[in-house]
Amino acid sequence: MTTMTEAEQLGERGGQHGDILVEVKNLQMYFPVTAGIIFQRAVAQIKAVDDVSFFVRKGETLGLVGESGCGKTTTGRCILQLYKPTGGQVMFDGQEITGMSTRQMRVMRRQMQVIFQDPYSSLNPRMTAGNIIGEPLIVHGLVNSKEEYRERVAELLQNVGLNPYMADRFPHEFSGGQRQRIGVARALSVDPSFIVCDEPVSALDVSIQAQIVNLLEDLQEQFDLTYLFIAHDLSVVRHISNRVAVMYLGHIVEIADRNEIYQNPMHPYTRALLSAVPIPDPVIDAQRERILLSGEVPSPLNPPSGCVFHPRCPIAIDSCTSVTPELREVDSGHWAACIQSPGYGAY
Amino acid sequence: MATLLEVKDLRTHFFTFEGVVKAVDGVSYEVEEGETLGLVGESGCGKSVSALSLMRLIPDPPGKIVSGELLFEGEDILKIDMDDMRRIRGAKMSMVFQEPMTSLNPVLTLERQLSETLQLHRGMSREESRNEAVDLLARVGIPDAERRVKQYPHQFSGGMRQRVMIAMALSCNPRLIIADEPTTALDVTIQAQILELMKSLTNEFGVSLIIITHNLGVVARYADRMNIMYAGKIIERGTAREVYSNPRHPYTVGLLKSVPRLDLPRRAKLDPIEGQPPDLINLPQGCSFRDRCRWAVDKCATDAPVLELVNDGHWSACWRSEDLGASALDFLPDLDEIGAATNGSAAVEESEEEN
Ligand SMILES: Nc1ncnc2c1ncn2[C@@H]1O[C@H](COP(=O)(O)OP(=O)(O)O)[C@@H](O)[C@H]1O
Ligand SMILES: Nc1ncnc2c1ncn2[C@@H]1O[C@H](COP(=O)(O)OP(=O)(O)O)[C@@H](O)[C@H]1O
Ligand code: SF4
Ligand code: SF4
Ligand SMILES: [Mg+2]
Ligand SMILES: [Mg+2]
Repeated sequence: MTTMTEAEQLGERGGQHGDILVEVKNLQMYFPVTAGIIFQRAVAQIKAVDDVSFFVRKGETLGLVGESGCGKTTTGRCILQLYKPTGGQVMFDGQEITGMSTRQMRVMRRQMQVIFQDPYSSLNPRMTAGNIIGEPLIVHGLVNSKEEYRERVAELLQNVGLNPYMADRFPHEFSGGQRQRIGVARALSVDPSFIVCDEPVSALDVSIQAQIVNLLEDLQEQFDLTYLFIAHDLSVVRHISNRVAVMYLGHIVEIADRNEIYQNPMHPYTRALLSAVPIPDPVIDAQRERILLSGEVPSPLNPPSGCVFHPRCPIAIDSCTSVTPELREVDSGHWAACIQSPGYGAY
Repeated sequence: MATLLEVKDLRTHFFTFEGVVKAVDGVSYEVEEGETLGLVGESGCGKSVSALSLMRLIPDPPGKIVSGELLFEGEDILKIDMDDMRRIRGAKMSMVFQEPMTSLNPVLTLERQLSETLQLHRGMSREESRNEAVDLLARVGIPDAERRVKQYPHQFSGGMRQRVMIAMALSCNPRLIIADEPTTALDVTIQAQILELMKSLTNEFGVSLIIITHNLGVVARYADRMNIMYAGKIIERGTAREVYSNPRHPYTVGLLKSVPRLDLPRRAKLDPIEGQPPDLINLPQGCSFRDRCRWAVDKCATDAPVLELVNDGHWSACWRSEDLGASALDFLPDLDEIGAATNGSAAVEESEEEN
């Protein structure tokens, strides 16, 4: 917990501190597990996010990957202050937002939006597409007349590649890809600067995934957006992100530039994840190195000692059971939390 | 290799209030003994219905296998009565579903569930079947099988449940296993474990495997041959190597080009297939891929293409299959040159400069 965050180190080296939009420092989110019939008492804690630090630069996309349950959604929700973190700080545009009052947060929330994975359950089935998209305009008092409301909704529909006449339709009249476009339009309506995209294409067919990925990229350019892009598909993340963070059991185990992390992964978990992705070309796939991890992800209720990855790590040594690796810069702009990573230094 | 299963002109339709859903509409292929066949396509294209048809598990009403032959070891299993079919289902063909909980009984221990099938289909005694149940769990990589066989399905993780399903599917020494999106709900590292397990077990026992998936990588890694479905029909089929390197249908080309690839330099833009799959109730006349196709010509609007041999063991259902192939993967067709009616956006293929 005493290590400098990346941003501090970058700042110290005269880096691009001013460019940072979102910064997360030593974030912890523990969920209590309660027991008791009348008096609920906490009997254990789920360490969903444990000492996580990273930053997102203005205009960039930071990819966040990892297997289900590793804490990606929780991290996103903590940034948006939808959860009150157990510990750590979240800075937005230089201001600390952890601990802000509800009123202060309401103003901030316009800046920070979210797009969800499931285009089916995340849209209210009884509202028209137009009202789903336009609701935040009214909540935040961003339009002054019915006319302005209608124009803005029509404009938003067009921004996401839908037709303005579709405003009167209900969610069930749209395909999965179109619903995801509605979710994107709703997020855009308040003119945010930062969007948490929580697995926005995971539920879609590949041909439709590509449509939505292209849309998100176009909108980013058009509206100067910054994304935290959460996903478990490494090829999609590599495509859309500038930098990629890999999470395992509540910890970030590696962060680097998209090319660097795929060409030169330093953490054994990143290597295993990459090798598990089959390449859609039988000849090339047959030539790739495969690392099959044994076992399953342990429970965040009772995480392993030392390095949380040690029970599954193919190269673990004795020290891994006692030393908790910290996320260190092992190469320029490349961070890894593995004591055996080249460049990690003494432990 | 001998042919285990021959599917001839299979048609499975659903008769609904909105109209007739032609979920599987004239599908023919065969499965060789010991091979792994991949079945790919977008959701709703008829993959599950075609699998359930092989098992004769189509809910009737509203569904009906309206025509076709299913020659399993030479016998048309569409003609046999349901009792015989149940015996085949238990002993010779089995199925692994995406969500294992739908086919496991939540209130029975694994020992009960496994040993009952073993007694029924393999005539084992109670004692034998219990030992075999433990063996099966151990074989599919469940640690501490002796103890875990006494547990209930909910005490297993998603990946472990899928292993249990594989144990169940293997329990009667079937000739064919149909796995419908067996790993879609699982994480990549667990997906890899499960698929490797299925591959090695089917190899070991010479079982034929049909893997249904929408993941083109999974098919590339595990399938010998593949069928690509679109709107209830197989539109291309061949060996995986041939189809991936030399695709002869615009839909296959579109699928292959729409996915980002980890092994290639990052492209500046992805190249999606525009539009959406058609409604199976109101299929357009002509080629059902037409309104999304960059290669369409006039004829496509009026005449429906059928699967034709385009190369050794390689079929495609497209009027322009001659014009496709390896080159279609590398560059976008010059739209003026081929005079195509198109709605596709031009995409940039050059790799982005490294930063
Ligand atoms: N509201 C909650 N209450 C209790 N536990 C939770 C809650 N939300 C998430 N968790 C647990 O925290 C861990 C991380 O969950 P999540 O952030 O949703 O993971 P991911 O998005 O990476 O799949 C999981 O073990 C999950 O069960
Ligand atoms: N019980 C049913 N009643 C009506 N239509 C059905 C039924 N089951 C499947 N269908 C339709 O058949 C088509 C093919 O479905 P399916 O085989 O499940 O697709 P997938 O390729 O995603 O597995 C879909 O249009 C689906 O809506
Ligand atoms: S610290 Fe040890 S157990 Fe953890 S990833 Fe590195 S080598 Fe593996
Ligand atoms: S038949 Fe015509 S519309 Fe259909 S895939 Fe071939 S070129 Fe395209
Ligand atoms: Mg999540
Ligand atoms: Mg299906």
